[in-house]
Formats: sequence, C-alpha cells, structure tokens
Amino acid sequence: MSATTWAWLVLLLPLLGSIAISLGFRVIPARVAGVIGTAAIGLAFLCAVAALLELLGDEPESRHHASTLWTYASAGGLDIDLGIYVDQLSTFMILVVTGVSTLIHLYSFGYMKSDEGYHRFFAYLNFFVFSMLLLVLAGNFVLLIAGWAFVGFASYALISFWYRRTTATKAGMKAFVINVVGDIGLVLAAFLIFRELGSFDYATVFEQAPEVFTRGEWTITAICLLLLVGAFAKSAQIPFHTWLPDAMEGPTPVSSLIHAATMVTAGVYLIARTNILFYLAPTAADIAAFVGLATLLVAGTIAIAMTDLKRAIAYSTMSQIGYMIMGVSIGAYSAGLFHLMTHAFFKALLFMAAGSIISAMANRQDIDRMSGFWKAMRFTSLMLLIGGLALAAFPLTSGFFSKDSILAYAELRGGMYFWMAMGGYVGAFLTALYTFRLIFRVLPGKPCEEAQHLIDTGELYHGPAINPATEELEDADVGFPGEHHHIAEQSWPMAVAMALLGVGALFAGLVQVPGVDNVLFGFLEPAFHDSPLAEIHPSVGAEWRGLAIGGAISLLGIATAWLLWARSPGLPAAFRQRFRPLYELAVNKWYFDEAIDFLVVRPALAIGRFANSTFERFVVDGLVTGTKETVGGASGLVRLVQSGFVRSYALLLIAGFAGLALYFLLSSS
Amino acid sequence: MSIEWYIVLSSLLFAVGAMGILLRRSPVVILLCLELMLNAGNLALVAFSRMVGNQEGQVFALVVMVIAACEVVVGLGLIVAIFRRKLPLDVDELRELRG
Amino acid sequence: MEEILFFGAAIGALGGAIGVVALRNPFYSVLALIVHLFSLAVLFLLLSSAFIAAAQVVVYAGAVMVLYVFVVAYVGGTDESAWNPIPGQRFLAPLLGIAIFIELAIAVLASSLLALGTDGPEVKAGFGDPAAIGTLLLEKFLVPFEASSILLLLAAVGAIVLAGRRVPEGASGAGSPGTPRDSEPGDPAPDAHHAEVPIQ
Repeated sequence: MSATTWAWLVLLLPLLGSIAISLGFRVIPARVAGVIGTAAIGLAFLCAVAALLELLGDEPESRHHASTLWTYASAGGLDIDLGIYVDQLSTFMILVVTGVSTLIHLYSFGYMKSDEGYHRFFAYLNFFVFSMLLLVLAGNFVLLIAGWAFVGFASYALISFWYRRTTATKAGMKAFVINVVGDIGLVLAAFLIFRELGSFDYATVFEQAPEVFTRGEWTITAICLLLLVGAFAKSAQIPFHTWLPDAMEGPTPVSSLIHAATMVTAGVYLIARTNILFYLAPTAADIAAFVGLATLLVAGTIAIAMTDLKRAIAYSTMSQIGYMIMGVSIGAYSAGLFHLMTHAFFKALLFMAAGSIISAMANRQDIDRMSGFWKAMRFTSLMLLIGGLALAAFPLTSGFFSKDSILAYAELRGGMYFWMAMGGYVGAFLTALYTFRLIFRVLPGKPCEEAQHLIDTGELYHGPAINPATEELEDADVGFPGEHHHIAEQSWPMAVAMALLGVGALFAGLVQVPGVDNVLFGFLEPAFHDSPLAEIHPSVGAEWRGLAIGGAISLLGIATAWLLWARSPGLPAAFRQRFRPLYELAVNKWYFDEAIDFLVVRPALAIGRFANSTFERFVVDGLVTGTKETVGGASGLVRLVQSGFVRSYALLLIAGFAGLALYFLLSSS
Repeated sequence: MSIEWYIVLSSLLFAVGAMGILLRRSPVVILLCLELMLNAGNLALVAFSRMVGNQEGQVFALVVMVIAACEVVVGLGLIVAIFRRKLPLDVDELRELRG
Repeated sequence: MEEILFFGAAIGALGGAIGVVALRNPFYSVLALIVHLFSLAVLFLLLSSAFIAAAQVVVYAGAVMVLYVFVVAYVGGTDESAWNPIPGQRFLAPLLGIAIFIELAIAVLASSLLALGTDGPEVKAGFGDPAAIGTLLLEKFLVPFEASSILLLLAAVGAIVLAGRRVPEGASGAGSPGTPRDSEPGDPAPDAHHAEVPIQ
C-alpha cells in the first residue's frame, strides 16, 4: 500500500472509534469503550509508522504525495478536494500526534475509570485526535480550516467535560471564542490566498507563491499576518494566550493531550507548513519570532509565581511553544519541530505525573499544600523528575538538544536574531527555575497530610469533592469529576504510559546530536527545500558551544531553585516583600486578562447593551412587530380564499389560466 | 370544411366543459365535464393532425383517451368510496379543506 | 355534403356538451355526453381519422359510458338541490367560460398558422386507418404506449383500493354503505376474513 493509503487509514481509524463509541454507548461497557478508543489510536499510530516506512522507500526529494478521495465543490475555477498531502512534515506530525495520543489514551484508561462520563470522554478524545490528524494531513487550506475548527470544538468539549462545573464551562467558552478569532484570521488568509493565487491547494499555492509575490510585498505580508492570528490563537501566544491556563479546568489527560502535546502545536505546524509564504514575508516572520520570544519570557515569569500545579505547567507550555514559534519563524524549521516532538514527550509526562499527584491530593492543585511526595509515590516522583529535567534542558536529556538547536540557529543568523537567542537563554534560565520550583516544593520534605495517608494506608486520600479553583463542594455526579481517581503507582495502564513517555523524554534527543547523528533533520529537511533559510546550518562547533552554554544555564537555574525553595525557604517570601510590584505583576499573569477585559470585552458589552436597550427596542422590535402584523393581515385576507369549496378553488384556477392567457395574448400582439 | 371551424368548435367545447365544472356540484357531473374538456383537446389534436397531414397527433389523441379512462376509473372509485361512507355526494358539502 | 355533416355533428357535440352541464339529473347528463361523443366520432371521421373515431365509439361511448351509467345507478341519480353556498360562482363561471373561449379562439385564429384556413393537405388513402396508427404506436411510440398501459393498470389497482374496501360489518348490513367516518380509507380491514370487493 502506498503512503497515502496508510495516511487515509490514520485519518479513518480515530473517526471510526469516535463514531463507534458515541453511537454504541448504551451497549458498550465502559472498559470496552476505553479499549476501542485506545486501540483506534494505537492502530492509527501503526498505520502512521507504515506510512513512514513507505515514504522512506522513496527518494528523499520525491517524498511528497497528494491523494484525493473526491471533490467537494467545483465551481467557477474553485476546486475543493477532500485531499490529503503526505510529506515528511505531515508524516512527522501524524507520528507525534498518534504516538503521544496513544499513550495518553492509555493513561486515561486508568485515570478516568471511576468517572461517569467515561464513554463521552473517549468519544471526544478520539474525535479530537481525528481533528488534529485532519489538520496536519489536509491537502488544501479548506480542509485545513475544517480540521482547525474541529480541533477548536473538540477542545471546547473536553475543557468543559465536567459540564456542571461553572468554571469549566466558562473556560471552555473562553477557549472556543479565542480559537474562533484565530479561525477567522485563518479563513481570511485563505480568502486572500485564493484571490491572489486562484487555488486552495497546497502544492499549487506553494509552487506559485514565489512567482506571484515579490519578497516583502504587502499582500503576502497581510496573508502571513492573518495566518499568524490563527497560529497564535491555537498555540496560545500573546495576546491570545489567556485561554490556555484556564483550559486546565479539563481532566488532566486532556491538559496533557491537547494543551501540551498536540493541539497547541498546530500553530507551529502551520508556520512550518507555509514556510515559503513566511520566507516571502520577512516582516511577518519577524513579528512572529518576536511574539514567540515575548511569550516565552512572559509565560516564564508567570510560571514562577503560580501556585496551582497544573496552571504552572500550562504556562511552561506557553513558554516552550514560544520557543517553537520563534524557531520556525526565523527559519529553524527542523529545530522547531524537533523541539515540538521532545516537548510533546516531556510535557505529556509532566502532566501525567501532575495528574497522579492531584489524584493523591483528592483533586487539590495548590502546591502550597503539597510536600513530601517523594516518600509517598516513588514512581510518580521519578517521572516528574525526568519530565522536569527534560523541560529544564538538563544536559543529555531530550529538551537539552532540541531547545539549543533553535537557539544555535538564531545565534548564527546574527543581528537581532542574536539578541533573540540571548532572550531564549534568559528564558531557559526561567524554565529551569520554575520547573525545579515545582519539584522542590512537591517532592522533598515532610509528607503532607494526604501523602502521609498514602504512605500509611497505601490508599488514596479521600477528601470532600471540591472545585480546586473555587473551593466549592460538588457532588460526584456525571457532570463533575468522579469521586476516585487513580494514581500511576496503582494502575498499570497509567504506569506503562508514563514509563514509555519517560524513556522518550530522556532519550528522544539522541536522534539529533550535533556531529554524531542527523536522523531527524536529514528526514525533515527536504520538506523545506523551497525556503533558502533552511540551507543555513550552524557548524558542529557552534552547536556544541550553544549546548554547553545551555547546559550551564540549566544547571544554574536548577541550583538557584534549590537555593530558593529547598535550602532556605524563607528567601522567596523575602523576595516577594522586596519586589512586591514585580511579584504582583507575575501572579496576576501580567494583567493580560484584565487588559483584554478592558480593551475588548467591556466595549463589546457596552455596544451589546446599547444594541439591547435602543436598537433592539426600536428598530428590531419595530421590524419584527411590523412584519408580524403585515403577515397576519395578509394571511387573514388569504384565508378568506380558503373557503373549503373545491369549486371556488377551480374557479380561481381557471381565472388564473384565463389571466395568463390574456397576458400572453397582450404581450405577443 | 377548413380546419378553423374544428378549432373554434374545440375551444367552445372546452369552455363549456370548464363552465360545467364551475357550476355543477355533483361529483359525477364534474367528471363528465372533465371528459368534455379532454375531448375538446382531442378534437384540437386530431384537427391539427389533419392540418399538417401527420398521423402522430392521432396517437396523442389515443394517449389522451387512455388518460381519460384512468381518470374515470379513479374518479368513479372515489365517488363509490364517498357514497359507501355515507358522505354527501356534493362537492360543496365536503369542505375539510377550509383554512 | 361535408358542410352538412360538419354542422350536424357540431350541433350535436355542442348540444350534448350543454346538455351535460345544464341537465339537473346526472343520469341525463350521462346520456347527453353519449350524444356528444357520437357527434365527436363523426367529426373525427370527417378529419379522416377512422381509427380514432372507432376508438371513440367503442372505448368511450361504449365502455366508459357504461361505467358511468352503472355508477350513477348505484349512487342514485337524484337531482341537485338548488342550495348554492358560494355566492358569485353562478355569475362568475359563465363569464370565465366566455373569456376562455374568446381567448382560445383568438390565440389560435390570430396565430400565423397559414394552413388553418385550408382543408389540410391531400392525404393518402390509408391516412388514419388502424394499420397506420398501429404501426406508429408499436414502432415510433412504443415506450409511451407501454407507459400508458402501465398507467391503466395502476389506475385499475388504485380504484380497487379506493372503492373496494368493505366498511366494517358491525356498522351496517352487508352490501349497504357503512356509517360515515368510522373507517378512514387507509385503515386496514379489522378482520382478515373480510374479502376485498372490487368496484364492479
């Protein structure tokens, strides 16, 4: 079978899984639904591997295939096919998406076991994976937009999964609305592309773009800026990032799947996919790089101040995606995607470990209450440590290689990109700092009440079911989290998933060690051969110098964290006192929510209120009532005709016939 | 006789049939008036067929007869059904269509 | 000779038609229609359409009219009452009839069909005879011919479904009409042994 056939299978399996679970939820037992969902994604992963093998059988330069199932619409020069585009980039993406998703399904299999909405969860989860695969496999912009919007919906459904929690539904709406803003950007960009190039098809667009546009022309810049709106909204970059921390209201596997490993990388994928357009629009690419840099720094500072375990990790996700966006925008396509892959491993792992700890804490997420989990949960702690090390770019872990390959590239391009690389190193320090802040707060020390309970009895602490955001009590009905969660130590699917991810987080970086091997870049690079930026390669020496600096910064950050939160715990409080405004800024997330509230939400509400009180009452009501009266009067007239006498109907018929004949006679003479 | 005469006669018969449908209330007579109109059409068809010297118009007239036969069968079936249910055989009393 | 025949037949056809509309008793209306149909057959003969004329007499004036006579006899050919619930209908209907007649006449006579004023072209001896029409029907118009036969079959089945369903016996004696509205036309017969009764 050809690579495209396998790719269609990759797309089909999660869809089938989703349909099967959602249609059969009355007859399928809960465990079976989990098995179906996990198996669908697992098989999709195997198909993705098969597609990769097929692709490797081709010459590196001809490893791209388009395949069309049927034509959606064909009118007036507009041809929209249900077609996929399989090349190195999309194959890489489906491998990452299906691979990590399989493990997350496996984890959810254990984690969600006691939740009443088990079927619903797996149906959503499979649908989400389908949407994401559609997004990365799409062969034209229309299908891309479809996948993009599906992902937005799936994200909404999963964040609001516990739909009786007001905070969760609000967070879901927030995510959905911000994502729709991104969708609009993407749609407008597609319109512009169609206007200029007359096609939605990737192959045509990327082939013709260099001929139609001159570099730096305003149209292509506008297209790229609109694409960026979509990419930023999906990838939670400033100023569209506020939904991501709130999205932590969803179940932890969701945070792990969507908000770490797959969905938020869509923006990175989009920029990498349209790399040729961004090459033609250097201004837009620079803006993207700056936004990425700003996001990684801002999110890093916020993560230091967060006391909610999941939200802190969410901000670190934003920060890491900032690296990727910066990378793919300045031309380090392969490096950005490399970081995407390693990040998928270690961030999914971190969330899983966090989920396990949150379970042990009876759903509380406040790190101020946590301590001493090293003694209570050895395996989870180990995994948290591995994930943390990889995130902090500890030497020889996966994050170490991927992050520094972006920064080395930026350094090489020189000029302002050199300063971006410097900003990236600052971000790397922040990363190490906030990661190990979490680890030093949670793992060592005297076990807290919940951890002690686990050590003493070997069972989970069962606190009252509360909403971690508002501390309100909830009953554990279907719209709320189930009463019992499961921790990795006691559930083999969760343990297996975490162990595999742990291996990936530690060793995935070894596929791309400068001067040693070149597996990943060698595979990916031909996909970007159109862009001259992909020709730039840092020398091996420069890369190792960057790695050395990165490793040193990482160790420095970890040491600082140790000093602040493990050795002398009084220091942070002193800092807080001393630099209160700075701390306030960070703890309030740089007031982004408030700024958006002030700049966007309030004016919109004011307009809405005006519309409601004035426009609605006089104009709309007038129109509506007027229409109603007109229709009512007219139908009263017509009802007179409906006498029920068939003969009078016949009379009208013949009168109409006579009238028509008269008209034709008059008009023909 | 020139064809004009036949055509005028046909229009006249058609008009009389239409008038009958509008005037009469017995469903049987309404069916008869429908026959009148169909036959007026037939006469026109045959007359035109003669005018152009082509027999195909006559075939159409035959098909019209078939249609008329079908209509009679169904119409009379309806009348019998109405009668058996002891409903009044008067189109003005069957007013369920009133809006 | 031809003129005499035409006017005679035309008067017969018109008189029959007016009789159908004007006679109060449906039975007489049917008889008037038979007169009308015979006159039409004569007109068809004048138009050298022998086969149509024959079919008219045999199928129409024969079979179809017999059906009418039977049904009228069955439902009872009583006079229409003078009750007229629709005001204006009696006045508007003739008006419309006249309007349609005038319009149709103008439409045809004022058209540019030059051959209208002629007797039509000379035709061969076999024009309109059964052999010619039969050849046309079975060769050129085979599909419409078959289609109309299917239509006839459907109509026959439909008539049986419509009229043949027996009304529940408990409501009235066998053979006489049932109580009104206690059984809608679509209702299945309540008992299996109630045989389907065709209309004739």
